[in-house]
Amino acid sequence: MSKVLMKGNEAIAEAAIRAGCLNYFAYPITPQSEVAEYLSWRMTEVNGVFLQGESEVAVSYMIFGAAGAGVRVFTTSSSPGISLMSEGISYLCGAQLPAVFVNIMRGGPGLGGILPSQADYNQATRGVGHGDCRLLVMAPASVQEAAEMVMMAFPLAEKYRNPVMLLGDGLIGQMMEPVEFPDHLKSEPSNKDSWATNGIDHRNGTTRNLVRSLFLDPEALNNNNLMLRAKYERMKAEEVRFEAYNTEGDYQVLIVSYGTMSRVCKTAINALKGQGVEVGLIRPQTLFPFPDVAIREAAAKPSCRTVLSIEMSMGQMVDDVERCLHGVRPVEWYGKCGGEVPTPEEIIDLVKASV
Amino acid sequence: MAKLFQRPKSMFDVSTHYCPGCTHGVIHRLVAEAIDALDIRGRTVGIAPVGCAVMAYNYIDCDFQEAAHGRAPAMATGIKRVRPDLMVFTYQGDGDLASIGMGEIVHAANRGEKFTTIFVNNAIYGMTGGQMAPTTMPNQRTTTSPFGRKTEEVGMPIRMAELLATLRTPGYITRQTVIKPKYIQKAKKAIERAFVYQMENRCFSFVEVISTCPTNWGMTPKDAVQWAEDVLLPYYPLGDQKTPDSEVTEKQVAAAGAA
Repeated sequence: MSKVLMKGNEAIAEAAIRAGCLNYFAYPITPQSEVAEYLSWRMTEVNGVFLQGESEVAVSYMIFGAAGAGVRVFTTSSSPGISLMSEGISYLCGAQLPAVFVNIMRGGPGLGGILPSQADYNQATRGVGHGDCRLLVMAPASVQEAAEMVMMAFPLAEKYRNPVMLLGDGLIGQMMEPVEFPDHLKSEPSNKDSWATNGIDHRNGTTRNLVRSLFLDPEALNNNNLMLRAKYERMKAEEVRFEAYNTEGDYQVLIVSYGTMSRVCKTAINALKGQGVEVGLIRPQTLFPFPDVAIREAAAKPSCRTVLSIEMSMGQMVDDVERCLHGVRPVEWYGKCGGEVPTPEEIIDLVKASV
Repeated sequence: MAKLFQRPKSMFDVSTHYCPGCTHGVIHRLVAEAIDALDIRGRTVGIAPVGCAVMAYNYIDCDFQEAAHGRAPAMATGIKRVRPDLMVFTYQGDGDLASIGMGEIVHAANRGEKFTTIFVNNAIYGMTGGQMAPTTMPNQRTTTSPFGRKTEEVGMPIRMAELLATLRTPGYITRQTVIKPKYIQKAKKAIERAFVYQMENRCFSFVEVISTCPTNWGMTPKDAVQWAEDVLLPYYPLGDQKTPDSEVTEKQVAAAGAA
């Protein structure tokens, strides 16, 4: 299929349909309302389900009900809306239901603003909701990558029977870029009949299925949490994705950055190269699981003297960068979180000051 | 010789964990009888609430999802929208439905979602230990209203059936009780009727059932029945609040719009 020019939010919507997800529930919130607007007519074309819920809380449980009934389902929201969905996300994790949540982040806390931000990093990578839950979190840096990640998200959610989150800053949703949708989605068939409440007759069975997260017996609850933990450990072993940029040669500075911010960093890195300063970049594409090993190895290069975590938040990912470095290199944070994206010039100055 | 009375096929052969004098067991049975009568067990999904009936799935034998407090109508919406062929019911208490889940039930009813809600109203929080509910009666003592419900501070009890009946979307909204045998047959018919409306893809259906909670009311089962009849039933009158057949005509709507 040829390339088309699309807004990020619309590309996310279209990618979900092409991933075979014909069920969408959502509540409007800037800066991602275009997803709902697009799907309000597009789902009609494909005989899918579109419903605008009365709140993000309700939407997260419409997702729960539909996922529990064994269909592919997703929603999109932005930061304050995700906070409201956090309850349902915890229940989805507890009941082991696959679903996809897209968070097109805006600034916070509180109402914050409507401009791009990456300030929900901690929320997303620490499970969003209460209890020992985790989401597989993917962070696109372009409209093309957002579409591809949406298409990857559904089979991953089903592989792990766990919610997957696409975490994009507001720019990912709002900017227009050429996008080419993959023709076919490669995924293993998922046997939902073993757990979905899709009706006993539907699965030609005799015994009923239960979708639940209540374990009053302490040993049973502990065992359930151990089982969930094993899933999250498996994600760490099998699902880490990252991009290494300009890491072949010797560099004095290593930048860790993701999403739109990483693109600005690349611009700065290219400019610095012209000035004789080499800087490497590790761009996490999954934020959970985090590319610990890749960052540690890149930072351990003898030429590398310092590591910069550059993010559109007041220093959240930097904690993960420090954690995986085990103190082998000093780590500095730089960022803004009012809606402005730090410029290449700011990053160039920052790098020069640190070498 | 034919058996005239037996355990419904859609109920497990187990004892319930409910207190003596609690009416959950009777209501569970009526739901199971309706499922049997309509032969829909193989395509029914129940939604168990937060509350004493959270383990309703230990007694009623069909697919079940377990809800967060108050969210059952949103879950039922999710299931019903993606699988309209399934029969879906929520089973909710008064703290669940009339307090924390007020938003979900009102909007589901107003959208005319084609599922059935069994609303068990015993005027108190049961599982958490007898706290005040939106349905607690004036001056009724609970663990969080030890001097009795003060209506000047927290308002009058909410009548959910009447509240939902104000919505213009067609629906079947009725209030029943199971505190005495004479009421049980009517409640059984109402629950069956609610499921039939769902089968016909006709409307949202809601059966409120006035119930007892002797343990948290601090009464014997016998006194609890009497109190329910003397105090609850006058405030929560039995009968249909609304049926899809009695819905206002388009002409009436147009007249109201013009007014």
